[in-house]
Amino acid sequence: MAARSITLPAEVSQPIGTTLHDWFVTVDHKKLGILYILYALVFLLIGGIEATIVRVQLMVPNNHFVSPQVFNRMFTMHGTTMIFFVAMPILFGFANYLIPLMIGTRDMAFPRLNAWSFWLTAFGGLLLYFSFIGGNGLYGAGNAPDVGWFAYAPLTATTFSLGHSTDFWTLGLLVSGFGSIGTAINILVTILCLRCPGMTLGKMPLLAWMNLVTAVMVLLAISPLTAAQIMLSLDRFLGAHFFDTQAGGSAVLWMHFFWIFGHPEVYVLVLPAFAFASEIIPVFSRKPIFGYPVMVAATIAIGFVGFSVWAHHMFTVGMNSYANSFFTITTMVIGIPTGIKIFNWIGTMWGGKIAFKTPMLFCIAFLFQFLIAGLTGIMLSAAPFDWQLGNSYFVVAHFHYVIVGGILFTLFAAFYYWFPKMSGRMYNEALGKWHFWLFLIGFHLTFDFMHIPGLLGMPRRIYTYEAGRGWDIWNLICTIGVFFQIVATLVFIGNLLWSYFNGKAAGNDPWDAWTLEWSTSSPPTEYNFAQIPIVKSRRPLWDIKHPEDPDWKYE
Amino acid sequence: MPEILHKSDSRGPHRKAWWVSIMMAGCLLAVQPAFGNLQDPSQMPNMFRPASTHADSILHLSIFVLIITALIFVVVFSLLVYSIVKFRKRADDDGREPAPVYGSNQVELAWTVIPGLIVLVLFFATARVIHAIQGAGRPAGAIEVIAIGHQFWWEFRYPSLGVVTANELHVPSSDPSHPTPTFITLLSADTDHSFWIPRLAGKTDLIPNRVNHMWLDPNETGIFLGQCAQYCGTQHAKMLLRVYVDSPDQFKQWVQGQAKPAHVSDGVNEGRRIFETTACINCHAVSGTVAVGRFGPDLTHLMSRDTIASGAAPNNTENLRLWIQDPDAIKPGSLMPAMKLNERDLDAVTTYLETLR
Repeated sequence: MAARSITLPAEVSQPIGTTLHDWFVTVDHKKLGILYILYALVFLLIGGIEATIVRVQLMVPNNHFVSPQVFNRMFTMHGTTMIFFVAMPILFGFANYLIPLMIGTRDMAFPRLNAWSFWLTAFGGLLLYFSFIGGNGLYGAGNAPDVGWFAYAPLTATTFSLGHSTDFWTLGLLVSGFGSIGTAINILVTILCLRCPGMTLGKMPLLAWMNLVTAVMVLLAISPLTAAQIMLSLDRFLGAHFFDTQAGGSAVLWMHFFWIFGHPEVYVLVLPAFAFASEIIPVFSRKPIFGYPVMVAATIAIGFVGFSVWAHHMFTVGMNSYANSFFTITTMVIGIPTGIKIFNWIGTMWGGKIAFKTPMLFCIAFLFQFLIAGLTGIMLSAAPFDWQLGNSYFVVAHFHYVIVGGILFTLFAAFYYWFPKMSGRMYNEALGKWHFWLFLIGFHLTFDFMHIPGLLGMPRRIYTYEAGRGWDIWNLICTIGVFFQIVATLVFIGNLLWSYFNGKAAGNDPWDAWTLEWSTSSPPTEYNFAQIPIVKSRRPLWDIKHPEDPDWKYE
Repeated sequence: MPEILHKSDSRGPHRKAWWVSIMMAGCLLAVQPAFGNLQDPSQMPNMFRPASTHADSILHLSIFVLIITALIFVVVFSLLVYSIVKFRKRADDDGREPAPVYGSNQVELAWTVIPGLIVLVLFFATARVIHAIQGAGRPAGAIEVIAIGHQFWWEFRYPSLGVVTANELHVPSSDPSHPTPTFITLLSADTDHSFWIPRLAGKTDLIPNRVNHMWLDPNETGIFLGQCAQYCGTQHAKMLLRVYVDSPDQFKQWVQGQAKPAHVSDGVNEGRRIFETTACINCHAVSGTVAVGRFGPDLTHLMSRDTIASGAAPNNTENLRLWIQDPDAIKPGSLMPAMKLNERDLDAVTTYLETLR
């Protein structure tokens, strides 16, 4: 490997202004990836504070911590922030950083489009948060959107939403949506056109495969959302009547537009999470991924079926029994490829030698939690069961199990796994384990017990409830869990900061891993590879480390 | 409801109340079993205690789905635990890489086909219940109700019985041998709402410009609680819903009482005059008088209801007076304006309303 790694030039100190300018005008995929990730981390903290306010308000019945108006803004901003300005950018950040390195190329296909997309997304987030100042408009109406993250019509019509809070919501999502479309095109073209010699589609790391499918899904899913946002703006500014029910518009039309985006969006977020697990589990089990072609097929199947399940969010809007049955079966069917993935990860661990480093701990917790999230998903897919559970706290618990228990846990795994590559330093393993256990306890306190009030009839998005309905104790436990999660998150941030300055030097390949990013220096220099690598199998570094027993003989 | 009565105070005491409530919640946690006995379980909107065919068939399906998913959980959970424990790296590891296994078509086929069969079984069981509930026939004795969702209350109209009421729906219990189910047509006057009484039926949305339907056939009498289950604006939380299931005789009596015009009492002419000459009648109706507003609940038989403000407070003199004086004290963000009456007029209107039995 010596031939391919680059010795870092001696560090040249430069004024802080120059460094900032470099970051501001950069088109380097690694710097943009890190910008995406840092930007998302800031919003993670903001969205977390909003969630905490919501949970403190619900801790006890008849609480007066915040007013209903403030509560409604908090859950709206929490949901919107976490989906559009945390999950999407953080996953794009990792994709940006990792894909060129893993497919052995020097940058994304369109570096300037990459920078443009990032700054659009960043501007979208600022627009949304500007509503806290500018949302009042001239009406003296409330600031910050309070229409819920899926903003059902006609609550967003000018009749029910005075001022400009909804406009900032619409424009923020519209602008960041263009950023997402740009990045999706970039990822798609990079993976299809810039793979290094020898890397056929069938020899590509699974991370690249899953991001490829994600990129296609982003293109197909963000477009209807963008269209809907434009239609809503036309309604609000030019008196169109797409969703304005008082003038004959259709509330159900908005639901279809939103969920044909909204459900594929779940897979847009979860496929990159699967991608992290598919890279990390093999390395810490010391075995190649079990059933690579089946994993690819399952990913494509999820991408495909993922577009035919959206109306399971609408089982209660009065669709006829045939439509309800159709969306029941498609939703259940998507459990099959997802189940195949879980079995393949178990197959990967089977017969291995599992090392319980922090990234692997987060991946194992993910496996358990995603199993439960999938099973509650099956319960919700049975339309009559959903007539009871839909829009209750059971649903809130279910999708937090997916997004926190599934996606955030693998994201933490990814942070610890690639931190040495990105920073050149090892993280602190002890702090990493503290983070894991604290977050695990907090997660289960909050989201396990959140299922129960849903089963007992507690609807979501209520700012208060009366005592004596059997919900009190469960809500209290949920809120206690939040404080564990806060402490864990602070440990995580502290670990990143401490390790960045004080961590041990990581070296090129601290995990004895097999994909190309570990063949270059940590952090990689600009343009990644002095010489473009040539690969023969899915585990090029294995082939180099074990010339007597290379993978390409067997694959 | 002592909470409600001092809610118009400044915000200061609320902060204190908040800390006190944390501590009290801590104490409640300690005495939960004793506290649990104080609650009336029939008042809990618990889907696992169905009281109608509709809710019962949902529960049967739900139990079936729960059993299947529990079995899947046990199998996969055990596999996961086994592989983590069995294949962990041992302390005496020899440092050799384990044998690489790239996959197995037979195994992949097995864990594709078996889940596929499970999905088929689940789907057919589900489809049967969907069609049974959505395709239910309408027997001769069925009661027709139109439910209209408003921000943030429920309007109930019985077109064939000449009854209009709000927030508290009365339906007869249904004897399987002579079924008298209630068929509800769901409409909305403004935003989306959702009608949900977990013990009687799954939820169905009320959507503007759309007509939805649902039905329930309660098999026991009593009060069944629920609430709006689709976020509809500021006071979504206090858009509560109460269904009173009466015996057929009680129901007949209730209908007779409700179908009459408003009760006229002597000695409340002053209150009635104020009611009819202020903005009250823009939104409220009292049958047989000049008050014909439709934006707010019909008050013809206000005192026959147990609660006001869509279940947000018990219907008593104090709350009624407070509600007219300052609705935000009970339900901040509700669309009822503070009427700004002087104390004398306030008392007079309250007294008048209390005669509307």
